[in-house]
Amino acid sequence: MSTETVNPVTGKIDEQALVTKANRQDLRFAIIGFVVLVVVMATLFALVLDFMIDGVPRISGEFLTNYPSRRPEQAGILSAWVGTTLVMSATAMLAIPIGVAAGVYLEEYAPKNWLTDIIEINVTNLAGVPSIIYGLLALGLFVQIFRLGQTILVAGMTLALLILPIIIVATREALRSIPLETREAAFGLGADKWQAVWMYLLPAGRPGILTGVIVGMSRAIGETAPIITIGALTFIAFLPPAPLQDTFPFVNFDWLNSPYTVMPIQMFNWISRPQAGFHVAAAATGVILLSMTLLMNGLAIYIRYRIRRSSR
Amino acid sequence: MDASIPTKPADAHIDGPVRAHVVNLSFYYGEKQALFDVSFPIHDRKATALIGPSGCGKSTLLRALNRMHDLYPGNRYEGEVILYPEQINIVSPEVDPMLVRLKIGMVFQKPNPFPKPIYDNVAAGLWVRGIRKKSIVDERVEQALKQAALWDEVKDRLRTSAYGLSGGQQQRLCIARALAPDPEMLLLDEPTSALDPIATARIEELMAELAPSVTIVIVTHNMQQAARISSYTAFMHIGCMVEFDKTTTIFTTPKESRTQDYITGRFG
Ligand SMILES: Nc1ncnc2c1ncn2[C@@H]1O[C@H](COP(=O)(O)OP(=O)(O)OP(=O)(O)O)[C@@H](O)[C@H]1O
Ligand SMILES: [Mg+2]
Repeated sequence: MSTETVNPVTGKIDEQALVTKANRQDLRFAIIGFVVLVVVMATLFALVLDFMIDGVPRISGEFLTNYPSRRPEQAGILSAWVGTTLVMSATAMLAIPIGVAAGVYLEEYAPKNWLTDIIEINVTNLAGVPSIIYGLLALGLFVQIFRLGQTILVAGMTLALLILPIIIVATREALRSIPLETREAAFGLGADKWQAVWMYLLPAGRPGILTGVIVGMSRAIGETAPIITIGALTFIAFLPPAPLQDTFPFVNFDWLNSPYTVMPIQMFNWISRPQAGFHVAAAATGVILLSMTLLMNGLAIYIRYRIRRSSR
Repeated sequence: MDASIPTKPADAHIDGPVRAHVVNLSFYYGEKQALFDVSFPIHDRKATALIGPSGCGKSTLLRALNRMHDLYPGNRYEGEVILYPEQINIVSPEVDPMLVRLKIGMVFQKPNPFPKPIYDNVAAGLWVRGIRKKSIVDERVEQALKQAALWDEVKDRLRTSAYGLSGGQQQRLCIARALAPDPEMLLLDEPTSALDPIATARIEELMAELAPSVTIVIVTHNMQQAARISSYTAFMHIGCMVEFDKTTTIFTTPKESRTQDYITGRFG
């Protein structure tokens, strides 16, 4: 900054000064970036470590296979993790096909006019609506008007609504970022729109769409507010019917109509009890919830890596 | 020779069967007119080169021939491009762009394979036409890769991604992809501009081999290339067709001074 790069007398440019200045600038920014990174990571690490220390020793086979109990040392999260798994499956089964289809429709099929502009702005804004609002909507619509009850299906539908905007936006972004050349190659071959989209454009956009799906699912897995609003139970000592059976047709969707609880609710419930033993159980649940989220993200990274490799 | 393809010896520029006739074609990118009343014949199973200075509308003209402009809103055609023997005006709004693209294949300036295996790339044009029988697809893929002089280099790695090929190989793959469905006409937009001299030479050889069996329209900036591979040459300038004739005539005794100036390198 203070270094003069142009000689005031001769007007000659001092190249060495320019290089020095540039290097100094880069170094300054690198140091600031590094410090911020360390502070953020250390805070995050301390938080995670704190509840790992509380929670990890509590995790055991029994913790995963016991139902909740009045006695903190016997309480387990069987109904909670099964509930979370089933609710997430229902969410994924609804949100992924609808979200991707809506994204494809908006990007490739919908006419570009003021109406679709308004829809576009609203979809983007919906991603930022507080989740409790979705809970209230679902309570009014699914539970009170449609009388679907406090079931896994309703929880799946609610969370699907919540993450739809994320998946729609990710799908549109992914389609939009596909190079024009790929698009022209597909249409240039005589492909119709359906073929171009499903055979060539969506596969090319898969990494982006997958990222959106995982971001959405990671958000849904930790949501508590809307699930409380639509009335998940806090104490459940039975499991929903199994999705697989050994008689024809081998799959069974009765679980969708079952009451349920999920891990964030179990945590919430335990934290509000006075006994310290329940607080430890809540921390242990948190560790498992966090691991599930990490596992999901890990899976996504792995799949993305596989897609990249196969398309290189 | 196909009897339904007309010969019009009356017109000085036409000396053989014609696959398509461009008649008073104008094209607009929204408000901006990019082609002005362009007319010329495209001879059957011969290569026609489009030459002219940068920005004169060569790509615009070529892309009009398979309705690529219809992918973007606001573009408009005027005039006619009559395709024989069907005798349809392929730039008419009544003709579906997909129908045109099914008949006329295109190779782009930049190689644009799909991020998929080599085999799938070549088979793509067959699949979109509903040809799915494995034995037929296998045979056509092999034939197209051989035509594009790529078979020997890729026959052991058909299942690997097309992105693993070099730029020149990718461009030949795109040519094979366009050839596999056996198009009535093949359009190429500066297919060698991103390639080194050796890859370029291979593609030029390939064009020479294809010319007797496929109708080709090729845009090129390279005069020698136009002279080597084309039978007819069209010289364009600022959206207009200045001169169309046999390549030998254009390069030896052009009628227009602008053509003369361009091919001798005085402008452009
Ligand atoms: N999408 C577009 N919208 C508006 N104008 C365009 C568009 N594409 C091209 N043009 C204009 O149309 C004219 C012809 O362009 P075109 O790309 O056909 O030229 P070209 O002869 O292929 O040039 P080059 O040899 O550089 O490829 C140019 O003036 C260009 O600026
Ligand atoms: Mg061009």
